[in-house]
Amino acid sequence: MATEYTFSAEELARIADIRRRYPTARAALMPVLWMAQEKFGWLSRGVIELVAQTLGLSPAEVYGVATFYTMYHTEAHGRYVLDLCTCLSCQVLGAEELLHYLEERLGVRDGQTTPDGLFTIRHTECLGACGSGPVLMLNNRRYVHRLSRERLDQLLEELRQGRIPEFESIPLPERHWENEEPS
Amino acid sequence: MTNWKAYRPLLLPPIRGLDRIEVYEQHGGYEALRRVLAEWTPARVIEEVKASGLRGRGGAGFSTGLKWSFMPPPDGRPRYLCVNGDESEPGTFKDRQILEFNPHLLIEGALIAAYAIQATAIYLYIRGEYADWIDRVEVALLQARERGYIGERVLGTDWSIAFYVHRGAGAYICGEESALMESIEGKRAYPRQKPPFPAQRGLWGRPTTINNVETLANVPLIIRHGAEWYNQIGAPKHPGPILYGISGHVNRPGVYELPSGMPIETLIYEVAGGIRGGKRLKAVIPGGSSTPPLRADQIAGVTMDAESLRAAGSMMGTAGMVVLDEDTDMVRVLVRIAEFYHHESCGQCTPCREGTGWLVKILRRIERGEGKPADLELLLEICNQMEGRTVCALADAAAWPVRHTIQRFREEFEARCRGSLFSVPEPIPSTSQ
Ligand SMILES: Cc1cc2nc3c(=O)[nH]c(=O)nc-3n(C[C@H](O)[C@H](O)[C@H](O)COP(=O)(O)O)c2cc1C
Ligand code: SF4
Ligand code: FES
Repeated sequence: MATEYTFSAEELARIADIRRRYPTARAALMPVLWMAQEKFGWLSRGVIELVAQTLGLSPAEVYGVATFYTMYHTEAHGRYVLDLCTCLSCQVLGAEELLHYLEERLGVRDGQTTPDGLFTIRHTECLGACGSGPVLMLNNRRYVHRLSRERLDQLLEELRQGRIPEFESIPLPERHWENEEPS
Repeated sequence: MTNWKAYRPLLLPPIRGLDRIEVYEQHGGYEALRRVLAEWTPARVIEEVKASGLRGRGGAGFSTGLKWSFMPPPDGRPRYLCVNGDESEPGTFKDRQILEFNPHLLIEGALIAAYAIQATAIYLYIRGEYADWIDRVEVALLQARERGYIGERVLGTDWSIAFYVHRGAGAYICGEESALMESIEGKRAYPRQKPPFPAQRGLWGRPTTINNVETLANVPLIIRHGAEWYNQIGAPKHPGPILYGISGHVNRPGVYELPSGMPIETLIYEVAGGIRGGKRLKAVIPGGSSTPPLRADQIAGVTMDAESLRAAGSMMGTAGMVVLDEDTDMVRVLVRIAEFYHHESCGQCTPCREGTGWLVKILRRIERGEGKPADLELLLEICNQMEGRTVCALADAAAWPVRHTIQRFREEFEARCRGSLFSVPEPIPSTSQ
């Protein structure tokens, strides 16, 4: 069956390059799934078949891997996916209230997409940014730190205007004792 | 630990632009690699790292030099070093600072380790969420390749090494070393039964060593300054600098580099500026969500090293310390920890797959005020059924916080059950407090 999805010649060259990093074609699967998801937005059945065909794997194998990892989308989603950490450190800083605030603001529940297709909100597990929590991840990449209701309002506004926040480097905390007089 | 204030950071020194290779080189970067390749046998590197006392920073605290010595002699076929940058244990956010601020220290450490175990390729596994940091590391790797530190015939010697980044895609279990290898192989990340251990049969069945990002970042320091210098830093049995990640209810959260063996009280009150809003401390989770919480009255004199924490009834874990103030609802905290492990269980083993689900179910019932008389014992019984009975340690990591939080905050759990229609539960035998 001909599929409506294809990789360009340039993408196929990149895939060949990825394959050279590993002794098996199978091992190229995760990087190629990443490529496919970035190109097509999510891993629909047709995309899974394309990846399978490209690497000489069965669609079942590819689907099995795609569903094991939470960052691979096997369902359609909004233009902006907001993964808000509600895990341990963020939870004790009020992340669950922030999630409810987002739900209220957008009129959808955890895991759902707004009717205009703009936002999908999800709670997520620890993002590894506990010291600058509560934190969320935008579209599998950009971290937005030190969230508050105000910061969320501002973020939604920016995204509505199509503006993605810049990468924010959180500096190491000040070593205040180094400036003190030795006692 | 009297003179911790005089300690100056070695893993994350305050040097602007250190992520650029020329700045890193100006500050002595890649000299350790040069020296090792020019003058040292692989065996000597292993001996030096053994003598340094370096212990793994990924959670288990195993001797790094000893782990390297388990690799069989080279046989001309491929063998691997995996660098574990999956960093997903709640409360842990230190490896990311190395990736951002000092990636070449990690790269140099990984190269020295690869030389020591005579690896042919390095796979640096980084959790998928760290996409922005992966891009930065890729730039650093490109720079290192251009300077001849990576590739064919490194620095003109006859040693060659390949170095690749593998991006994860959101699954805590990939941090478990055998699951990490499955994930690199392009599979669902189901941990493997051990033995055989990775040094015997690892990636693609070949000898493999797995080390944490922070562990490897220590290696160039040991080569540069010597094992003896290194094991003078911090706690004698657990020496070296530690990246303490402090989060939760403190005034100044973040990653602080200080010697091992820092008193918990000093870290909370002096380093991280004390509890927010002048509140009192209720509990500390010392090293990531799987390490048993200590009550405020249990931390006096306890220091951050394996020995002291074990004696106090907890563990060092990842040194990702979560500080909880007096208003914290311990039942809610424990529900959320249990939910994490339930979500992340790979589902291979019945005690883990079912056990984590039951823990969540019963804890939620208690949280809602619908706890039944025997629920607390039931939870402990489920922990008994989970611990030590599974393919990997995730089941243990899920059970420990439940067991110890209930034992150490029993009144809070009982009070929740008392609100229910049922009678008060029997007291719990407090054996392994
Ligand atoms: C469920 C589970 C998750 C783990 N997650 C991580 C992790 O995210 N990062 C890490 O370095 N080690 C993790 N570990 C420990 C690794 O299996 C392994 O011991 C470690 O990477 C070895 O490196 P080290 O000796 O340098 O500490 C995990 C272990 C288990 C059982
Ligand atoms: S203990 Fe849990 S996570 Fe580990 S292999 Fe078994 S089911 Fe999977
Ligand atoms: S708990 Fe939210 S980033 Fe770690």
